[in-house]
Amino acid sequence: MPGFWINMGPQHPMTHGLWNMKVKIDGETITDAKPEIGYLHRGYEKIMEVREFQKNVVLTDRLCYVSSLTWSHAYCLAAEKMMGLEVPVRGQWIRVLALEIQRVASHLMWLAAYGPDLGLLTALLWALRERELWLDLLQLLTGARMNQNYPRIGGVRNDLPENFDGMCRRVITHFEGKLDEYEKLLHDSKIFHLRTLGVGRISAEDAINWGVTGPNLRACGVNVDLRRLDPYETYDELDFEAQVWKGSSAGDSYARFVCRFNEMRTSCDIILQVLEKMPTSGAYRTKEPRRAEGDGFARTEDSRGEALFYILGDGDDRPYRVKIRSPIFCSMAATPLMLRGNKLADLVAILGSIDVCVGEMDK
Amino acid sequence: MSGAAAPVLSGRPVEGAAEEVLAQVRSRFGGKVVRAGIPRPRVVQVMIDRADLVDVCRHLKEALGFEQLSCVSAVEWPDRFESVYHMMNYYNGVTVQLHARIPKDDPKVASVCVLWNAANYHEREAWDLMGIVYEGHPNLERILLPADFKFHPLRKDFPQEVDRQYISRRKLKGGK
Repeated sequence: MPGFWINMGPQHPMTHGLWNMKVKIDGETITDAKPEIGYLHRGYEKIMEVREFQKNVVLTDRLCYVSSLTWSHAYCLAAEKMMGLEVPVRGQWIRVLALEIQRVASHLMWLAAYGPDLGLLTALLWALRERELWLDLLQLLTGARMNQNYPRIGGVRNDLPENFDGMCRRVITHFEGKLDEYEKLLHDSKIFHLRTLGVGRISAEDAINWGVTGPNLRACGVNVDLRRLDPYETYDELDFEAQVWKGSSAGDSYARFVCRFNEMRTSCDIILQVLEKMPTSGAYRTKEPRRAEGDGFARTEDSRGEALFYILGDGDDRPYRVKIRSPIFCSMAATPLMLRGNKLADLVAILGSIDVCVGEMDK
Repeated sequence: MSGAAAPVLSGRPVEGAAEEVLAQVRSRFGGKVVRAGIPRPRVVQVMIDRADLVDVCRHLKEALGFEQLSCVSAVEWPDRFESVYHMMNYYNGVTVQLHARIPKDDPKVASVCVLWNAANYHEREAWDLMGIVYEGHPNLERILLPADFKFHPLRKDFPQEVDRQYISRRKLKGGK
């Protein structure tokens, strides 16, 4: 077969980090692709074995700087499962609130990256402008814009600040108006359709078999959202529906875009429900044991898909073994399927739509 | 699931499904199951020997509907290795945690890439970091570490600079 291999990366603006996509092209058409990852490997699983359980929270924050709270939460949840801890109800509600704020902030960062990938700089400026509001909320709640170090094994670090529900409502009212503006900019744009519709398709069967999860899987029309299918914290008391693509041309870049975009609306809705249903007082943290034995795993619906922590303890104050399952690590394995047969110029549009985060991918 | 159409899923967990899965695994592989139980709701834990891995996995995938392989983790214990598989049934929300025991002196186990392509990267990672050979894997190369790296760093005999990084309170008090 004619054609030759070219390297997209490791230094390329589309990579949003440090990794290399080798693509084989025949003229303008991609015939094969091979991701090369590991440039950002920091040996998290090994480092965590020599640190106390609680001290690992700060490490797991740094797995993904865009969505750090969801990662430290997944770690805490797995450690609690291992220790058999029950988090106080109010602590669980605060976690759900923080997670959904973080999810919107993460999706906005994705939108800000995806716009310029398609040559639309306006999306970058708009999305980052609104992301600032959500980061302000996180700062009010946790004291930090990013790398919050907020969840704790057994609960959360601190209670809600004063008038936090009022602030959330103000941000959401403002933000929902802005989402309508984004829709006009992106959904209604003919150029945007041309760049994304029918591009980078993957079938539902392949997506499940290759381990694609999260919005990328729901874009294939598969109704799987771990917040519904395997509820954790207080998600089973909330009333919401997973964003699943229902139209034709499932599994393309456009479907992935729409699922992820609409998830921001769902998250806003969830936050409003949490503010209604959350008990106004009570304990938010319980004391955790210093040492633990046994095993536990937790799978959560991260912004990018299914995050899984598998933690083993041997009775010491540190984990014996930690395994991190990153959703993008698995989605990356499936990218050759999405790329084959597409044009080289669409590569950036396809990889941008799966929302790559190299920090969690390389661990 | 067959054809190109996407499966219709309720997206909600089904009550009592974990008990049913456990009963089915026990009745099919009775003597081969070393240990099995339901440690938490919607979680089935099964331990088997490495020789039965592909049979059990095939049954779980094709008869019991565990179409998604979430994760493959390699664990080193003082007396054995373990390859741990987390798989999920999207129709009833049950997760199976399958442990395959591997002897310490012969760290080899059959690859499950024939069933789930998702195992491809996970098994490469487990080989890279823990040094377990997945036999039958299409491309068992290092994935996270450089190709010329000579160690498997997650093994317990691969040292870390523990003292400089971190000193536990117990150690300060004179414990181990």
